[in-house]
Amino acid sequence: MLETLQRRRILPARLHITDLIMGVVGLLLVLLIVYGSIRSLAIGKYSGVQWLSFVVAGLVQGSVYALIALGYTLVYGILRMINFAHGEIFMAGAFTTYFLAESIDGRGWLDAHPFLSLIAMMLFAALVSMLVAVMLERIAYRPLRGAPRLIPLITAIGASFFLQYTFRGLYGSGVERYPRAEAFKGDLMLGSLAIPKVDLVVIVSAVVLMLALYFFVQRTKAGMAMRAVSEDKRVAALMGIDVDGVIVMTFGIGGALAGAAGVLYALIFGQVQFFMGFIPGLKAFTAAVLGGIGNIPGAMLGGLFLGIVESVGPFLFLEGLGVPSPNQLKDAIAFTLLVLVLIFRPTGILGERVTKRA
Amino acid sequence: MALLEVDNVHSYYGNIHALKGVTVSVEAGEVVTLIGANGAGKSTTLKTISGLIRPREGAVRLEGDDLSSVPAHAIVARGLVQVPEGRGILGRLSVQENLEVGAFTRNDKPGIAEDLEMVYTTFPRLRERRRQAGGTLSGGEQQMLAIGRGLMARPRVLLLDEPSMGLAPILVEEIFAIIQRLNRDQATTILLVEQNAKAALEVAHRGYVLETGSIHLQGPARQLLHDPRVMQAYLGA
Ligand SMILES: Nc1ncnc2c1ncn2[C@@H]1O[C@H](COP(=O)(O)OP(=O)(O)OP(=O)(O)O)[C@@H](O)[C@H]1O
Ligand SMILES: [Mg+2]
Repeated sequence: MLETLQRRRILPARLHITDLIMGVVGLLLVLLIVYGSIRSLAIGKYSGVQWLSFVVAGLVQGSVYALIALGYTLVYGILRMINFAHGEIFMAGAFTTYFLAESIDGRGWLDAHPFLSLIAMMLFAALVSMLVAVMLERIAYRPLRGAPRLIPLITAIGASFFLQYTFRGLYGSGVERYPRAEAFKGDLMLGSLAIPKVDLVVIVSAVVLMLALYFFVQRTKAGMAMRAVSEDKRVAALMGIDVDGVIVMTFGIGGALAGAAGVLYALIFGQVQFFMGFIPGLKAFTAAVLGGIGNIPGAMLGGLFLGIVESVGPFLFLEGLGVPSPNQLKDAIAFTLLVLVLIFRPTGILGERVTKRA
Repeated sequence: MALLEVDNVHSYYGNIHALKGVTVSVEAGEVVTLIGANGAGKSTTLKTISGLIRPREGAVRLEGDDLSSVPAHAIVARGLVQVPEGRGILGRLSVQENLEVGAFTRNDKPGIAEDLEMVYTTFPRLRERRRQAGGTLSGGEQQMLAIGRGLMARPRVLLLDEPSMGLAPILVEEIFAIIQRLNRDQATTILLVEQNAKAALEVAHRGYVLETGSIHLQGPARQLLHDPRVMQAYLGA
């Protein structure tokens, strides 16, 4: 049977003992998840509306992950590198915009013009994050282009700490409360399903940004240049495309999306601090890998998927296993999902097989 | 003054001295061919012209302007357009997008549309397949796409690196006929790198023979075609 599976390319031709162990571990995890889910549903603790509200919460969280994940995937698509400082780029925009939000709120504009204020804050955060991302590329990554892959990776981790502590130095280590406009407080009732208004604002904003990005990449000349560079830098240069310019643009766009996502994130959780980029950064990276790193719709899908799994998962997979306060384990679920994907489908949901073209 | 001048160029890959003083000139309206064996330095010459590698000595000039400090992408904008060895099709972009990328340096929408039409008329197969991903084309179709994409830039000099490589004999003939037509009907200036010396010399006005990084022979194509040294080494006679 083993041989048939190998011949049909379901299993790799040379089966290593580690592959076997990973496979067994993965299979056990999957079985555990299925068993937990059946038990949870059998217990029937939550109603249909409650499940639906978990899904909505997951979509909200997931749309923020998706926006951040796009930055990882765009940069990976162009440079085949993981910009691990991307979470800090997200933080930079969100944290800096806190001061703008405070001053807008102080003048009473936040409540008077909630949507205008939100747009202004997102634009400002996008600008700040874009600047940080572009500077990072210029100062830290560009000199390392052509160096072995591990070197920019280590640099990115270093840059991540550098940014965290720079912003702690600038703005302090305290947790700052983000103001929320009166109009975004409270719930909207859809039948018996209560959706927080702020959730709607976040989802709509994220969808608009993602559509804008998709349009940009698919329909504009600059987007086409980006796709050309991501496929072949030498050919792109021979077509008259300024490759360095496209790389800067890519960091800028990824940064801008992260900054806007930072405002949405602060809107959901109502607070910011210098360390806030770390976990969402890791989650978004997970989302990008889930969707297939380098793949733009993949990052969007991966983000939403991760958000939903994280939100529904604790109640669906863990409750039935008798795990106490399962909601605290959602991070564990997110990273378990990453492990499962890396074992069973390393190229992600929408990813192509990574093969060298002749 | 020639339109394109490669003047005593020395190019290196690390310590490998690939071009040892290559001098080539191309006049407006000409087809000039650069022939030579594998590893002679033909592609290196084109890469140096396009600014992908920089000469350590010597210069590349377009209408007398030294290009040594012009970045590769800006050289394209000046009208030196290369169709690289191995075609360089962007496999995930559609056929039409590949052609549009070819016109990247231009902003004259009506002119671009006109040239797109011209390319589709020259290569009807490409029109049929314009929505298809570039990577799904056959080798011959990809070569046509690569040439068409080069034309989309409205080049002042089109640099072709072994356009006949890997094609069936009938397609090879077609490619050379197209090269000749482009030059005759549209006055496109062409620098043609080839290993297929006979076919190249038949469509070219002048030729250069490159051997291990230096020019060994040069002259009118017809003359080279009958030169015993060329016949023996490259024409299998
Ligand atoms: N990237 C590279 N690194 C090191 N050496 C190279 C590189 N590219 C080419 N060379 C060397 O430079 C010399 C000239 O190579 P070039 O590619 O210009 O030859 P060519 O005339 O185009 O040959 P072919 O007909 O096989 O394409 C060869 O000796 C080759 O080995
Ligand atoms: Mg060559």
